[in-house]
Amino acid sequence: MEHFPVLSLITFLPLLGMLIIMFIPKTQELLIKYLTLAITGIQLVVSLFILAAFNYAKGGVFDANSFQFIEKFRWIDVSGFSWIGQIKIDYFLGIDGISAPLVFLTALITFIATLASWNIPKSIKGYFAMFLLLDTGMVGVFVALDFFLFYIFWEIMLLPMYFLIGIWGGPRKEYAAIKFFIYTLLGSVLILLAIIGLYFSTQETLANGSKVFTFNMLEMMNFASYTETGILSPLNPANLRLYAFLALFIGFAIKIPMFPFHTWLPDAHVEAPTAISVILAGVLLKMGTYGILRVCYPMFPEITVQLAWYIGLFGMINIIYGALCAMAQKDFKKLIAYSSISHMGYVMLGMASLNTLGISGAVFQMFNHGTITAMLFIIVGVIYDRAHTRGVDDFGGLANQMPIYTGFTTLAFFAAIGLPGLSGFISESFVFLGGFGSENIRVITIISTLGILLGAGYMLWTMQRIYLGKLNEKWSKLPDLTAREYLMLLPLSVVIIFLGVYPSAMLNLMNSSVNSMVKFLADAQVIFKSVGGL
Amino acid sequence: MELNINYIINSLGSLLPEVAVTLALVLIVIVDLIMGKNKSLLPYISIAGILVAGYFVIDQFGMNGFALAVDGGKGMIVVDSFGAFFKTIIVFTSIVVVLFSLSSKEIIENSDRHGEYYTLIFGMILGMFFMVSATDFILLYLAIELLSLSSYVLAGFAKNTMRNAEASLKYIIYGGVSSGIMLFGISIIFGITGSTNLYEINSLMQAPQFQGLVGLLAGILIFVGIGFKISAAPFHFWTPDVYEGAPITITAYLSIASKAAGFALLIRFIKITFIDSINLQGYWTLVNVIDWQSFLILISILTMTLGNFAALWQNNLKRMLAYSSIAHAGYLLLGLAVLSNQGIIAILIYFAVYAFMNLGAFFIVMLIANKIGSEDMDDYDGLGFTSPLIGVSLTIFLVSLTGLPPTAGFIGKLYIFFALVDANMIVVALIALANSVVSLYYYIRVVKHMYLTRPNSQTVAVVPNIANTVLLMVLLLPIVILGLYFSPLVELAKTSVALFGF
Repeated sequence: MEHFPVLSLITFLPLLGMLIIMFIPKTQELLIKYLTLAITGIQLVVSLFILAAFNYAKGGVFDANSFQFIEKFRWIDVSGFSWIGQIKIDYFLGIDGISAPLVFLTALITFIATLASWNIPKSIKGYFAMFLLLDTGMVGVFVALDFFLFYIFWEIMLLPMYFLIGIWGGPRKEYAAIKFFIYTLLGSVLILLAIIGLYFSTQETLANGSKVFTFNMLEMMNFASYTETGILSPLNPANLRLYAFLALFIGFAIKIPMFPFHTWLPDAHVEAPTAISVILAGVLLKMGTYGILRVCYPMFPEITVQLAWYIGLFGMINIIYGALCAMAQKDFKKLIAYSSISHMGYVMLGMASLNTLGISGAVFQMFNHGTITAMLFIIVGVIYDRAHTRGVDDFGGLANQMPIYTGFTTLAFFAAIGLPGLSGFISESFVFLGGFGSENIRVITIISTLGILLGAGYMLWTMQRIYLGKLNEKWSKLPDLTAREYLMLLPLSVVIIFLGVYPSAMLNLMNSSVNSMVKFLADAQVIFKSVGGL
Repeated sequence: MELNINYIINSLGSLLPEVAVTLALVLIVIVDLIMGKNKSLLPYISIAGILVAGYFVIDQFGMNGFALAVDGGKGMIVVDSFGAFFKTIIVFTSIVVVLFSLSSKEIIENSDRHGEYYTLIFGMILGMFFMVSATDFILLYLAIELLSLSSYVLAGFAKNTMRNAEASLKYIIYGGVSSGIMLFGISIIFGITGSTNLYEINSLMQAPQFQGLVGLLAGILIFVGIGFKISAAPFHFWTPDVYEGAPITITAYLSIASKAAGFALLIRFIKITFIDSINLQGYWTLVNVIDWQSFLILISILTMTLGNFAALWQNNLKRMLAYSSIAHAGYLLLGLAVLSNQGIIAILIYFAVYAFMNLGAFFIVMLIANKIGSEDMDDYDGLGFTSPLIGVSLTIFLVSLTGLPPTAGFIGKLYIFFALVDANMIVVALIALANSVVSLYYYIRVVKHMYLTRPNSQTVAVVPNIANTVLLMVLLLPIVILGLYFSPLVELAKTSVALFGF
């Protein structure tokens, strides 16, 4: 079992599906849809299998031996004279407790987004081909442990996303698509620059004892792997490590999106079709925070400790600013988009605490944000499909007209507010407990709790305006949920309730890894000094 | 110095590619005369001639030696792997351009003058071959003139249109002036050293009594001539007009082969003439005459920024690709500006990739122009839906030109950035990266027209025939394959980096 390349399977299955779809005539629309559904279904099953076979005791994070489902072989190998032209790149996959929940989340959200794509109006073939390519990129980012590979997966998502928003989007789709593309490319070139800097600073030792530069992410987390003269070496007097950290951090922050780099998100969400909003909010935003946890934290631990306060501060700004913006929106979808920005702030706040409670809360919140926000966007999609408008003030009293739909909505809204018994409550309280436990960001945490109040404010107000009160006569013919919509909302609701009453299922999964991460960060200062860091 | 015929005959063995090209040129002229109005044989003779030359070029990999040398002295021509690499790019581009010509409407319409067309292409090839291997100012200047004169005429080949005539005239005027300036620089160098041989000038420059200021002046004057060929700012003004006006086959040819030859010449000129020593990491120390590093960084930043920003406003695809090729010259110059063998490897890799993606982009623009008679972006609306193959291919070529993975264009850029970061030129790397973000906007604008606009009643379907589809695949597949598995290309570049003597 250990040797079956299960991570490659889950990563490249969608790509295979895309290639098959390219050879299906475009008139066979139903076949294409069912094929995509089957592929994402298999992916979901495989991801459940991965969770079942996952060893909870292994920590991962910086230790190659405790990663699981590892696949590693040489991909690019150019031997060099002196070092000129020499390059070695590994195909290196593996997961730990931080990436495992996100792999599962990706599989789950993609499956549900496939259902949400069922009524795409035009160019079915192109849509699902792009959709599956995007899927490969998303899973790939979460499983790659070689930085070069990571970057390829990271970039491979841009073009499909551009097309998915640009071709199948709303009235201002062209603007939204190019804005998304340029923002994220700007972020990724900063990441690329830092990757190259890290590459020229770290060396791995080959079997024959010679040393070569490496893209191995785990080597980059080990101070002993750095060369003395490398530009990002702790020993380099012209210390550029802070700048590299910032380049990576901004690159990832654009994806979160962190204030003030967030302006692409509301545009992208408003114009994107429902399924793509679900993917965007459910999975793509997690890449930013995942990148910070996977890359910035363990590779630059000494700087992380120094800058944790600022990370917390920006988390707080995201929480409050996002909530205030959400409150002012008249467009239901834009409202949810800003609430999503606000909720990603909790993830950053939790990460900034640097303790087990806070980081567990952050990773858990990443997962919960994925399920809850995906559900909220499906809810917006349902009403938009029927009424062709998203104005919050256009509705009223829908609870009588569409009771089941309103039931699901209430669940999702309360989960977003953080009502006890639902998954959002656990992760948010962990974040606050962690934040309060850290003396560094205690004040920030206290201010951030305002976010709960504001969150309850705009969510309940929205609830009232759309679902309660007197029914607008215009909508007296709206039908309740169809079977397909039921099928999308039900699994997400089950996950939200299940993790609300039994959060250990997810917390145990990440526990060892989060502990390793916290210990690593705590020890880093000492190790940094011991290698002679400047 | 006693010259006799043996002096030349002894060198012929090292000049086989050039000899093959010359013979093919003569053969084309003769066949053209004999066959009268029937020109259908000419392209096939051309391809055969280029292939023979290509065979001899590949033979030159790994060779090291002078041709046309007087007993034991330094020769006028060197034969080395570096030259062979660039000649291979020129040969490949020439074959592809001749194949383009077979289906280009602009060229077919002027079939009565095909004799001149193919003859002049061979004139260009011969000029470029000498450019990449000349180490003597006289030969070097003659090679540039041979290339220039042939391309002036070819730029105005389809003389029936206004913009065609304009292109040719502009090209001649700019070309004439810049080659005059270059010749002035050469004459200054000759005046102070008494030699035209790059190796001899180099050893004289290392002498303490060398006049630095005069050397500086001469070096910059010579750079003007070469800068014109590679369309570096501020010597690029001819590029958009000529690229837009010339037949598209010639535009493609100028943007790749002619630029490659110019770069090979520039690298050889700077490295051989100004080198002092090379350290173990492959970094060069130049003689203290010109601060080439600062100069080249300045020029390249200017070139790429100007090219990218001007391209943003273009609606004509040929003109946009002209500005984009200026921007790419900027990236390439950065590879030289680090003054290291690592940088030269980056340039070689970049050029190999650039040849595929730029030829591909021009090929598709040509196929579409053949059908709709326009290169305007607005006429591309909805084309992606009616012509899937064309749309997908052009998208991949443009993404590769932007430099996004997993295409080969990313590998080219990556190696440039490797070289820059390794040389600690982080700020320059940041500027170049910001530039490629800017370039995304205009490349993706074409994709936007093809895919984000629905087809209307005027949208036609462009379906390439079998031969053109095969040619398209030859250009497209390497872009994708080299993007994911680039070891062979890096190996080749690594073995080709050494110039003879260094």
